[in-house]
Amino acid sequence: MNNLRKIARQVGFYAVVLALWQSLALLKLWPPYVFPTPASVFEALRIGFSDHTFWIGIGVSLKRMLVGYALSVILGGALGLLLAQSDFLEQTLGRLVVSVQSMPSICWLPLAILWFGLSEKAILFVVVMGSLLSISINVEAGLRNVPRIYAMAGRNLGASGARLFLHVLLPASLPHLVSGLKQGWAFAWRSLLAGEMIFVSLGLGQLLMMGRDLNDISQVVAVMVVIILIGFAVDGLVFRVVERNLRRKWGLSSAA
Amino acid sequence: MAALMEAQLPLRAVNNKIRVEGVSRRFPSSHGGQLAALENINLEVLPGEFLCIVGPSGCGKSTLLHLIAGLDRPSAGEIWIDGRKVQEPGPDRILLFQELGLFPWLTARENVEFGLRQKGIGRSERREQAGYYLDLVRLSQFKEHHPHQLSGGMKQRVALARALAMQPDVLLMDEPFAALDAQTRDLLHDELERVWHEIGQTIIFVTHNVREAVRLGDRVLVLSYRPGRIKTKFSISLARPRHIEDPEVASMSKKVLGHLREEIDKSVRAEFHHEQFA
Repeated sequence: MNNLRKIARQVGFYAVVLALWQSLALLKLWPPYVFPTPASVFEALRIGFSDHTFWIGIGVSLKRMLVGYALSVILGGALGLLLAQSDFLEQTLGRLVVSVQSMPSICWLPLAILWFGLSEKAILFVVVMGSLLSISINVEAGLRNVPRIYAMAGRNLGASGARLFLHVLLPASLPHLVSGLKQGWAFAWRSLLAGEMIFVSLGLGQLLMMGRDLNDISQVVAVMVVIILIGFAVDGLVFRVVERNLRRKWGLSSAA
Repeated sequence: MAALMEAQLPLRAVNNKIRVEGVSRRFPSSHGGQLAALENINLEVLPGEFLCIVGPSGCGKSTLLHLIAGLDRPSAGEIWIDGRKVQEPGPDRILLFQELGLFPWLTARENVEFGLRQKGIGRSERREQAGYYLDLVRLSQFKEHHPHQLSGGMKQRVALARALAMQPDVLLMDEPFAALDAQTRDLLHDELERVWHEIGQTIIFVTHNVREAVRLGDRVLVLSYRPGRIKTKFSISLARPRHIEDPEVASMSKKVLGHLREEIDKSVRAEFHHEQFA
């Protein structure tokens, strides 16, 4: 019942948005190459998917995401673990990590191009640098914020060393880890598209720029819609589900 | 001479379960000096004894339990259990924390199984033992619940079952019932007494509630306020099972409270002073 109402509300909302969009387009305040109609965007979507260019773009971009994100999780996890072990590292390297993380990740691109040329490696480098640091910061925070009582209870019940880490510290920091992974994914996704837009590389970013080069506003908006839908799907189907399960299990207050 | 000293060692093991020798614990204080939490504590606990320790807040009661559990090291002195010096935590002595420390990501059963798993006991046997101890604390219906789904008294029982499942010789309890309502507490007193009667482990039970101490203990120690020293020792030879409302318990409590009052006043004055001038 409640769910049905939620869905009805959302469907209604998007119907109104489409109707407003359509009426604005009908008013012809701007020429059609500046302001597309919903119909022309749907047409661009249809063509893009039927001639496979969108599928290829999605495939190329997602493959880069998966490789880059996997590298970020492994390297960022390891770095976060290291920073959580030592106060010295936290006060030196840790501070550096936080400062570097404040830089927009696309600023790594010139360096990446100088190092790797206009290659797949350069794009991966930007994706990894975009998300690795935020993952490591969250991993470190998660491990450092584990309440002392859990570690004491674990030691008291006979866990020490690697077992204490695996059976107590890691699960105890899980809520932090998940939000770190989620943030890392979002950063990686932003970095990837920024990078793809700057140099020719297949992928969704390039499709977006191709639309601009062809002066085809409908394609530009169609690709934007695809990018939004992918972001929505990953957040809604992966991270939100994991977070919800975690919250239910732990009995944390359900934010959202 | 050497032979004489060696001969004394096994004797110590036979007589006492726990022996605390000249233990002090100092912490660095906020204004650079040192804060003595415990000073020169000497204490012997017999096997199977139920010892209660009362004292005002800040007298180092919890610190003493952490030291015996091996989760903290004394600044001076030594602690012996069965003639072995305490160096680190061990499965022979389990501490029940005031904050419980149940793991929120595990169910009640998995919490109880945790220590058994660390011991390397297999899955099916673990499950069986956890079931037994949850049964013992009358929680078998809530095995698959997570801690946040349980009431305060139930969580307390999970923590007790988790400790008992380790089959420790020594059970260290740090104000375990302080956060409970009176009825639940009375019920848990009965259950603890019953379990102790069945299993016969040595228990050190720390509380600030004198009635509770007299109702449960074979002996009650009064600790002084900062630094914590042993002020008085009382033997409680009342018949069991006891009840917290028994007149004998009440009159004995009054006696103990007389000795404790002075220390509570000191602690209240110190805290007031701290608030005024901090």
